[in-house]
Amino acid sequence: MATRGILAYGAYVPYRRLDRMSITSVTGTDAGSGHRSVASFDEDTTTMGVEAARTALTGGAPSPAALWFSTVHPAYLDKTNATTIHAALRLDSDVPALDFGGAARSAVGALRTALDSERRTLVVAADLRIGLSGGPEESEGGDGAAAVLTGSSEDGPLLAHYLGGASVTAEFTDRWRSPGEAHSRVWEDRFGERAYAPLVERAWAEALHATGLQVDVVDRAVVTGLHRRATTRSSGALGVAIAEDLASEVGNTGAAHPALLLTHLLDRSDAESVVAVVSLTDGCDVMLFRTTGALAAGRPIRSVTSQVESRSDVPYGRYLSWRGLLDTQPPNRPGPSRTSSAAALRRADWKLGFVGSRDVTTGITHLPPSRVGISGGTVDDMEEAPMADATGTVITVTVDHLAYSPSPPVVFAVVDFDDGGRMPVELTDVDPDAVGIGDRVEMTFRRLNTVDGIHNYFWKARPIRG
Amino acid sequence: MASHSIADRVAIVGMGCTPFGERWDMSLDDLIIDAAESTLASAGMVADDVDAFWFGTSQSAASGIALATPLRLVGKPVTRVENYCATGSESLRQACYAVASGAYDSAMALGAEKVKDSGYQGLNAFPLPTDGTNRTLTAAAMFSLILPAYAKRYGVDEDELRYVAARIAEKNHANGARNDLAQFRREISADAVCQMPTVAGRLSVMDCAGVADGAAAAIVVRAEDAHRYTDRPLYVKALSLVTGDSSGLVDPGFNFTTLPECAAAAADAYQQASITDPKAELAMAEVHDCFTPTEMILMEDLGFCERGNAWQKVLDGTFDLDGDLPVNPDGGLKAFGHPVGATGLRMFYEAWLQLRGAAPATRCIPDSSRTRALIHNLGGYPGEMVAFVGIVGSEPG
Repeated sequence: MATRGILAYGAYVPYRRLDRMSITSVTGTDAGSGHRSVASFDEDTTTMGVEAARTALTGGAPSPAALWFSTVHPAYLDKTNATTIHAALRLDSDVPALDFGGAARSAVGALRTALDSERRTLVVAADLRIGLSGGPEESEGGDGAAAVLTGSSEDGPLLAHYLGGASVTAEFTDRWRSPGEAHSRVWEDRFGERAYAPLVERAWAEALHATGLQVDVVDRAVVTGLHRRATTRSSGALGVAIAEDLASEVGNTGAAHPALLLTHLLDRSDAESVVAVVSLTDGCDVMLFRTTGALAAGRPIRSVTSQVESRSDVPYGRYLSWRGLLDTQPPNRPGPSRTSSAAALRRADWKLGFVGSRDVTTGITHLPPSRVGISGGTVDDMEEAPMADATGTVITVTVDHLAYSPSPPVVFAVVDFDDGGRMPVELTDVDPDAVGIGDRVEMTFRRLNTVDGIHNYFWKARPIRG
Repeated sequence: MASHSIADRVAIVGMGCTPFGERWDMSLDDLIIDAAESTLASAGMVADDVDAFWFGTSQSAASGIALATPLRLVGKPVTRVENYCATGSESLRQACYAVASGAYDSAMALGAEKVKDSGYQGLNAFPLPTDGTNRTLTAAAMFSLILPAYAKRYGVDEDELRYVAARIAEKNHANGARNDLAQFRREISADAVCQMPTVAGRLSVMDCAGVADGAAAAIVVRAEDAHRYTDRPLYVKALSLVTGDSSGLVDPGFNFTTLPECAAAAADAYQQASITDPKAELAMAEVHDCFTPTEMILMEDLGFCERGNAWQKVLDGTFDLDGDLPVNPDGGLKAFGHPVGATGLRMFYEAWLQLRGAAPATRCIPDSSRTRALIHNLGGYPGEMVAFVGIVGSEPG
């Protein structure tokens, strides 16, 4: 009989970090030690979701039949954000793409619903945590994304079987945010700690009962929630080994955190391990999995650990400007004009999917796609040239201190791709002083700018690290 | 490429040029009127004597009406011309062909630009609606891509090459300092340029052309009629325009150490003018030094020296005012300033002065038997470019 579970997974931790000590030096409050992850100025929950999903799907995972995206910090309201991810992944138009928005719980709820449903569903969660300067929301938060492809054993080898779970719901106002606000507010600490404790106890017991598991067969549990005291207390009460929560070097990535920690745990689990996800958000959700022998070969190339280790600190002031919390002086140049929705739709496969064209006769790759080849020949003698996964080499490079950018300077290179094609392209996640001819780069999905509320998504190149 | 020479069929009989610079005191109309009046005066004509007009402006106005209105031209054909930074030379090219065809006895090309009213630094193109994937780099950054690529290709030390670029700025500022019409009339040493903060790649602001307001104009007539207007006409020997297909940004074969459109235009122009050894036959050259690395590699693309050699020739002083082949004796875009639509005509204006012995004594090119000058004007960027090369001479034949 077919069983359900996880077919593929991947995470995204942005390259930038904020050293918590740098907060302390500005605000005077004790922000603790370690680092939090920081979405770059050209990243949002949608772009991070794309990167996590690309990591999950790279390496031969079956194509999703549905895409569910969940975040507390959406790039758009009214307009669906999952459709951008859908376009970047080049999913077929008959694959529905839906947002599960609003509360952090939507993300874990989407994952559990997908596991319980019939379809092969890619569940993507991303979050961008902003807090007031000097406060715990700022220092303990983190930015990141994770993607889990759920499906049945008929879809392909499951990396982990879903054994079942439980969900307990309760209404209490411990954490809240009014629409439009960038940060949350919280009630006093001990109230939530007390409110969550019985909910976790009940959900944990029901999940074990539903799966017929004894607690001692559970190898390790991920316990996560935005209430730190409640999470810590519950971790101690489950009676199982608790997995690393990435608090020290990433921070709590909110809606993304349950899937991110599950991803991190799967990266390091052996076959036939029983692992649990316990999420404390407006109740408690528990999911139990048993890893399979396919896990070792099915892990994403890019592990969470490798992404945690690949990092560069951003000064606190620059972090604040990236989040729109500090106005900094732009170059005295006119800003960009807004992206034409009509032009963007005509070229969606190029703009969002990074698909060029290849001359069928000459084999020359054209970026952007072209109807007429640079070496002449027949008009419209072109085939698609998907380039999102291409790697290339910098053949010349510059740093532009004059051009408009949300975070000057612009680092820009001419890149020749390994299997053909050239593109002059902006570099990101890079130190302007550390780029040069011969550097190896890969492509990453980014937000170039936002004008009139329209986000201009396109691709940049970043150094290949690790 | 397929072109036919119109050498010696058309002559320039009048030219004028306004001072270039931050002309807060002058409107576009004022600049147009001043350039037109001085040009007409130098040919002994009035506006009504001119049969047709080509008006070059890149981003200051649209349509021929913008020229007809300030000059109050009644019943005349006036065409607005735009071809990026090669707009000025393009307007003259149109005027020359119109006269050569026999359609008109006389024509004026007038280029003008008013950029300093925007409140922003640099040039700012009119934003067209796009899919948002187009490059938004500044021109300075695009041309700065040349230096690392050239250093790598020819094994030149990057610091040495940076100095070479600064040496070009030093030369052009030295020439501009001797030019009353130039935007920048202050000399600056190459060492001082090297020590300035960078704005794009290794380039400092002093490696960039001055952003200026200004206007320049020329009147052309059939060569056989030229002496009715002046004793010292300038004969048009060659006009070549090559527009690239932007393949340099697509094709890994392009290496950012050459401007192929310019090399092709030069070859075509030399063919039209029957020039076989440009360095020996030309008295001077005005080239498009929008940024210092541009001038460096143009020395190779225009055939003034061997490939990989330009940096040494720059250091040798070959292209200095008193060198073997003076380049940009008026200060170039670098020091004279770059009002986009006027620049190409401003370049012809320097040839008009130098070849006819009318340049000020302080910046006269060396006396020689050479009677021809090359004008090179480009628009766009490495990899996607329009390139113009023209040749004029003070003697027919």
